[in-house]
Amino acid sequence: MKKILCVLAVLLAFGPFVLSASGQEESGLIKVGIVNLPPEESGYRQANVEAMNSVFSEANGYDAKQTNTGENSEQIAAAKGYIRDGVDYLLISAANASGWDDTLKSAKDAGIKVILFDRAIDTATSNYQAALLSDMAYEGNTAVEWVLGLDLDEINLILIRGQMGSAAEIGRSAAVLKAEKDGKLNIVADGTGGDSWSLEEARKVVEAAIAAGKDFNVIYAENDGMAQGAVQALEAAGISHGKNGKVKVIGFDFNRFALRNVQAGYWDADMQCNPRQAAEISRWIQSGNIPSGIVYQEELLFTTDTITDADIENWGINADPGKGVVTR
Amino acid sequence: MLKMKSNLSHLFLPLSVMALLIIINLIKGADYFTISLVNGALYGNIPNILFGASELVILSIGMTLVTAASQGQDISIGVSATITSAVFVWFVLHAGEVTLLTIVAGFLLSCVAGLATGAFNGILVSIFKVQPMVASLILFTGGRSIAFMIDGKLSPILANDISNKIGTVIPGVPIQTPIILTVIFIAIVAIVLKTTNLRLYVESVGINRNAARLNGINPKKIIFLTFLIMGVCTAVAGFIAVNKAGRHDSVNLLKLIMMDAILAVAIGGNSLIGGKFSVTGSIIGAYTIEMLNRTLLRLEIEPAMIKVFKAVFIIILMIIASPVVRAYAKKTLDGIGNRSFSLSPLRVSGAESAVEKED
Repeated sequence: MKKILCVLAVLLAFGPFVLSASGQEESGLIKVGIVNLPPEESGYRQANVEAMNSVFSEANGYDAKQTNTGENSEQIAAAKGYIRDGVDYLLISAANASGWDDTLKSAKDAGIKVILFDRAIDTATSNYQAALLSDMAYEGNTAVEWVLGLDLDEINLILIRGQMGSAAEIGRSAAVLKAEKDGKLNIVADGTGGDSWSLEEARKVVEAAIAAGKDFNVIYAENDGMAQGAVQALEAAGISHGKNGKVKVIGFDFNRFALRNVQAGYWDADMQCNPRQAAEISRWIQSGNIPSGIVYQEELLFTTDTITDADIENWGINADPGKGVVTR
Repeated sequence: MLKMKSNLSHLFLPLSVMALLIIINLIKGADYFTISLVNGALYGNIPNILFGASELVILSIGMTLVTAASQGQDISIGVSATITSAVFVWFVLHAGEVTLLTIVAGFLLSCVAGLATGAFNGILVSIFKVQPMVASLILFTGGRSIAFMIDGKLSPILANDISNKIGTVIPGVPIQTPIILTVIFIAIVAIVLKTTNLRLYVESVGINRNAARLNGINPKKIIFLTFLIMGVCTAVAGFIAVNKAGRHDSVNLLKLIMMDAILAVAIGGNSLIGGKFSVTGSIIGAYTIEMLNRTLLRLEIEPAMIKVFKAVFIIILMIIASPVVRAYAKKTLDGIGNRSFSLSPLRVSGAESAVEKED
């Protein structure tokens, strides 16, 4: 009885793969398997998944399937399924950076080109073709360069970090810490929004700095939500910010509400973290000229003076509150 | 006299913790209680604490009742509040022009959603006898995806004047709106507990389900009712949170708040295995946690270490609050006063001691 149950369970688990593996014939389309995280993970992921769906469509000459899960084991199972399906390209954004060696090797043996996007995997570079990533250190350096170029007599900065130890937090914080070490700026308060990059926590960090009588003129928040929380604290305390204000505010991620705030001069700048790797990867595949190893995406920084409506439309993620609408 | 004494004594733990935090803060800087007027609203550490803790206070009231009746905790409260606020935002954004009426209607609709999530958990717990934590784990796991779908897969923006006033201040009123809403909510809860038999029923069910049933109280109904109340609490908390934030972030809204809410109930001197409860204690507990979070920031503990410090502080608290230490304190106190009184509503040594009445 137990054995029968086991067989049934295995059939149930692998049935869908078997079904999807049959039913497919030569159609002249490029077969792509995409292993991704679920869209509800973040606004970033939502834009990422959407771009994957729209770029790797039948109209563009692709026969693509996407699996969205935050579980590494499920991701690996899905990747193995795609390898069995005999896809031409396997695109992976891994939930966890380790545990992928065998899967990547079997893809290589099957002659499938693996392209990693957004998230790197801890493995030898020979195990995959290319990785298209965001360079968090570049993001941090670009943002800090903007801060240093602000023409302030003395830079007293509040650093609001994201989830401690995450790649984004490490890269974005490193630039600030280095600038402080080099004597280019002072960090007057160093806080974190915690594991959820929390707006409320960021607000508390700034409120604590205000209560302690700290004098500061720059807020460097490592995502848009935390920048929003920080500015709420400034508003409640009656401290001016943004264009012509005392405190300069920079956020990260290019949420459209944040870009509108920058455009309105309510904040000063926002640094991109580009979720739309799909177009670049598609260009590689179409041209047949796929680079090898890690490739970093080009990312942008917009300020109140440089931002345009087209930028917000093209580069922003998440809902657009509309021109001139400030999200407090 | 005896009653007053006993009321004060069960608040001994939360009040002493709060006093300790105040002392630490005063040592750090004597200006701790300074309040100034900024843009027509009171500003300072205390208003900040009251403002920041509003959602936590409301949720810990609901958590107290759920804990007392069902002898377990609802861990889906943050997720539930995310769903209710998603419904609120969806309604407001689809109702055309934003007026006070659409906001109120949206809030009432979100209360209905809260009742639905509460009923879902409540049915699982009361009828199917699933452990509360396991029952709410279902919503905890899947709820944010539901909110994400209601949001239309985006983070909708709530940038309108009324929401802004609800999230900050109404011009002419010197107190921030979330604080006022929280006070109103506490007042309503106080009236309900004073004028109805809710407290008696909830405590009876929590102390001994069978005894309550034999006395004509339907435990299923009472447990279900506490989850419905919890649902309304999540709707109110979600409403405040989303208006504060100005946009609906289904991923991060009130994430992990259930931890603090359960902690608030415990600091409030309540037993986490049900029975007698003190809402006042939980409210003080919630404000204490907010104060603790801000104290750690005020002490400028580096970000990587801040969680460790919070954990250490909580361990110390829990040891102080443990039955062993309490029983010892009770003995000492009894030695000082010549009349004995119960130190807390906590069931120190099983159900018997909690059943004794003190009126």
